[in-house]
Amino acid sequence: MTTLLTIIVLIFILVAIWQMVKIFDLAQAKVENSGVATDKDNTINGYLMMGFLAFIYIITIVCFIKWGDLPLLSNSASEHGPGIDNLMIISLVIIFFVQTITQFLLHYFAFKYKGEKGKKALFFADNNKLEFIWTIIPVIVLAGLIIYGLANWINIMGVDDSDDPLVVELYAQQFNWTARYAGDDNTLGKANVRLIDIDRANVLGVDESDPYAEDDVITKELHLPVGKPVLFKMRSQDVLHSAYMPHFRAQMNCVPGMITQFGFTPTVTTEEMRQTPDIVEKVANINKIRAEKSEDLIASGEDALERYEFDYLLLCNKICGKSHYNMQMKIVVETQEEYEAWLKEQKTFKNSLVN
Amino acid sequence: MSAHEDNHAHEAHDDHGHHHKETFVTKYIFSQDHKMIAKQYLVTGTIMGVIGVLMSLMFRMQIAWPEEPNVLFEALLGKWAPDGVMDADIYLALVTIHGTIMVFFVLTAGLSGTFSNLLIPLQIGARDMASGFLNMISYWLFFLSSVIMIISLFVEAGPAAAGWTIYPPLSALPMAQGGSGMGMTLWLVSMAIFIASSLLGSLNYIVTVINLRTKGMSMTRLPLTIWAFFITAIIGVVSFPVLLSAALLLIMDRSFGTSFFLSDIFIQGEVLHYQGGSPVLFEHLFWFLGHPEVYIVILPAMGLVSEIMASNSRKPIFGYRAMIASILAIAFLSTIVWGHHMFISGMNPFLGSVFTFTTLLIAIPSAVKAFNWITTLWKGNLQMNPAMLFSIGFVSTFITGGLTGIILGDSALDINVHDTYFVVAHFHLVMGISALYGMFAGIYHWFPRMFGRMLNKNLGYIHFWITAVCAYGVFFPMHFIGMAGLPRRYYTNSNFPLFDDLANVNVVITMFALIGGVVQLIYLYNFFSSIFFGKKAPQNPWRSTTLEWTAPVEHIHGNWPGEIPHVHRWAYDYSKPGHDVDFVPQNIPLKEGEEELQH
Repeated sequence: MTTLLTIIVLIFILVAIWQMVKIFDLAQAKVENSGVATDKDNTINGYLMMGFLAFIYIITIVCFIKWGDLPLLSNSASEHGPGIDNLMIISLVIIFFVQTITQFLLHYFAFKYKGEKGKKALFFADNNKLEFIWTIIPVIVLAGLIIYGLANWINIMGVDDSDDPLVVELYAQQFNWTARYAGDDNTLGKANVRLIDIDRANVLGVDESDPYAEDDVITKELHLPVGKPVLFKMRSQDVLHSAYMPHFRAQMNCVPGMITQFGFTPTVTTEEMRQTPDIVEKVANINKIRAEKSEDLIASGEDALERYEFDYLLLCNKICGKSHYNMQMKIVVETQEEYEAWLKEQKTFKNSLVN
Repeated sequence: MSAHEDNHAHEAHDDHGHHHKETFVTKYIFSQDHKMIAKQYLVTGTIMGVIGVLMSLMFRMQIAWPEEPNVLFEALLGKWAPDGVMDADIYLALVTIHGTIMVFFVLTAGLSGTFSNLLIPLQIGARDMASGFLNMISYWLFFLSSVIMIISLFVEAGPAAAGWTIYPPLSALPMAQGGSGMGMTLWLVSMAIFIASSLLGSLNYIVTVINLRTKGMSMTRLPLTIWAFFITAIIGVVSFPVLLSAALLLIMDRSFGTSFFLSDIFIQGEVLHYQGGSPVLFEHLFWFLGHPEVYIVILPAMGLVSEIMASNSRKPIFGYRAMIASILAIAFLSTIVWGHHMFISGMNPFLGSVFTFTTLLIAIPSAVKAFNWITTLWKGNLQMNPAMLFSIGFVSTFITGGLTGIILGDSALDINVHDTYFVVAHFHLVMGISALYGMFAGIYHWFPRMFGRMLNKNLGYIHFWITAVCAYGVFFPMHFIGMAGLPRRYYTNSNFPLFDDLANVNVVITMFALIGGVVQLIYLYNFFSSIFFGKKAPQNPWRSTTLEWTAPVEHIHGNWPGEIPHVHRWAYDYSKPGHDVDFVPQNIPLKEGEEELQH
């Protein structure tokens, strides 16, 4: 219904504009309208250019005030996260500095030098010094960004075996995720989709004859001990997926036929994250929105929405088919003890098989 | 001087040709005249554009009001919108076909096809393209591919829905997605034909620019439009065949059981036979075209804008040589940056470092171009014609969209914004909206040359200002929902309470999109009514220096009656000291003692 109303309103707006144009045109019929801009057009559009500059600035400021303080921009939950966030903030500052100045020059010149009959433009075709300046400044700025960015990149992508990371497999399929922990030996058993045996509940195609596989643990929730480096080995059984963990500033595609990897160290437990002021505020805001929606739902005889509680998430971020929009897994970051207790409750691969 | 002789050959042919009576079919349908072919490209591109924009409005409404019944869906989507609620499969199909149509059919064929065809012969002083026949074939292949693409929308199992990048295995396996059956087959066939069309066109442009320039038209006297079209055509010839090969290999995988891109797949309870292929290989092949493609889209727009800005500022374009150098630099770099689409694809992280480096280098020639355009305005005498407004708008969105490229091109930052709405905002501003503005600017500027009539300027002003506000209104907030981690291509976000606070942003964006989309009707009305009822155009309405304005308003075969004009100066003698008028056309000889600027 809302959409129908929207469409009707839009059609009316269109008709209104159309009528105004007609009137505008008829009113101008006696004045010369050759289709070429007159001094009056130049003046009007020159002022509009300044108005548009104001519009760009306003929309920038509004966006920043309303949505610029996103928890996702500052509250990273992994060791490498702050590095990315700092680089992001530096890049954003540079961008908005350049954006503000160049948009000003562009629109201000369009206003200042609006045409007048009889005026003559300056014949100014070339200036090597100017061009050198605005070639060399981007070169220097970009060199800095490249060096800083690459230092971050190498730090993130380099896996250091001396850290003795916890090895976890992330297994993607249409349209859900599965995690496989390597168990006490911290070595994943071999696996291949050709070994999948649904009847025996070997859904990941783990090699039963591989001794490393026996103590593997397969779960539908991802639990991570805080402060311990994790190395994810990603697999997919059907199409491309992407394991996106935005709070940890982590993402890697899952590619059928190959194993990809991404490692990070979680630094904030789920409980701690729920207590941070930013998240408290965000959750409160979301629950307010959900409560409002629930009222409408109840009025139309449906169930109310559940209250939202913050959790880390793993999302699929590569188009993978019909239910791509709902391919997620909960991530729980907890203390080492909690993690071990949780892991003990889970069945090992050997015990999970149906004989 | 073979070029010169060639022109004479054309003249002889044309004198002969005048005795023939043209039929409706040879004049309007199977025409070999570059001006008519340009118009055919424009009209076909416009129709495809209407379809592409309509699709975007539909999926924007779904995003803003997820799973709500909508009369528009019920009317347009039929069985894909039971009770007016959009189906998740068709949502992905709409996104896919919108991308395909806008990138290839509107901004490649519609933009480059129209203006390369119209302007190359007219601005370099040639009777027609090097091969009028190939040119005609090129258009009709484009037309055929458009028809096939539209037919694919009506396939039983749905049109292609794997995203415009059609990454396998999703696009290769009909059991992975309904759209990967007949819909994807037709998509691939359509694109293969499109590539053939594009290659024929590009070869023709290259040969024409090299061989058919009129006397005096040296490469450094060419207008920047021609430089842009020329380099664009070269990029197209280098990169489009790679996409063709990728498409052919994908067809092999789909239909003949090969394993180029597929390996170890278990789907719907069975293991498939594929072994040893890699989807990452497809990504490499795709983006080897895919990235240059965005420059194929944006360079012609840059050329048009440079020309229009100079003419309407009544000033020479600032830094003519630097503009050419930056086109060449962008063209070269564009072929070695494709990996920045694949930082997290699983390729070696070292390659990520290399591609970060090459990618951020592109910012340098781009910055030079932006500064040169701004300086072109400085101390000008700006004629605010609609074409000029769109050109200024182009520079504005190109800067806004381009700047975020230094975030996305940086592999470390790309990790967290890859495939989010941040990317959508970035590329829509920098190549979508910008190229569209370039195209509109070109249409407003050269409409008199194409149809002999003027577009209504007041409608043009309204069109520009509302479009400009809506473009920012749609794409600026998108950066922020992207930075909040919202992935693109989600049918609805309602399964993630995490994103509930972004729902109202999506409503705002959709409102701007709807207004912006509806306003294009003003333009369409202006365009089609002006073809028939517009004011008759004078010979040179914008008082420009380039050769196309020396040709008669009425289109004739061979472009100029009598001899082709000779060229004596560069294309940018606006407001040159020592002349009474503020423009000196290229065909006017230097005055005694006048120096040609050693730009």
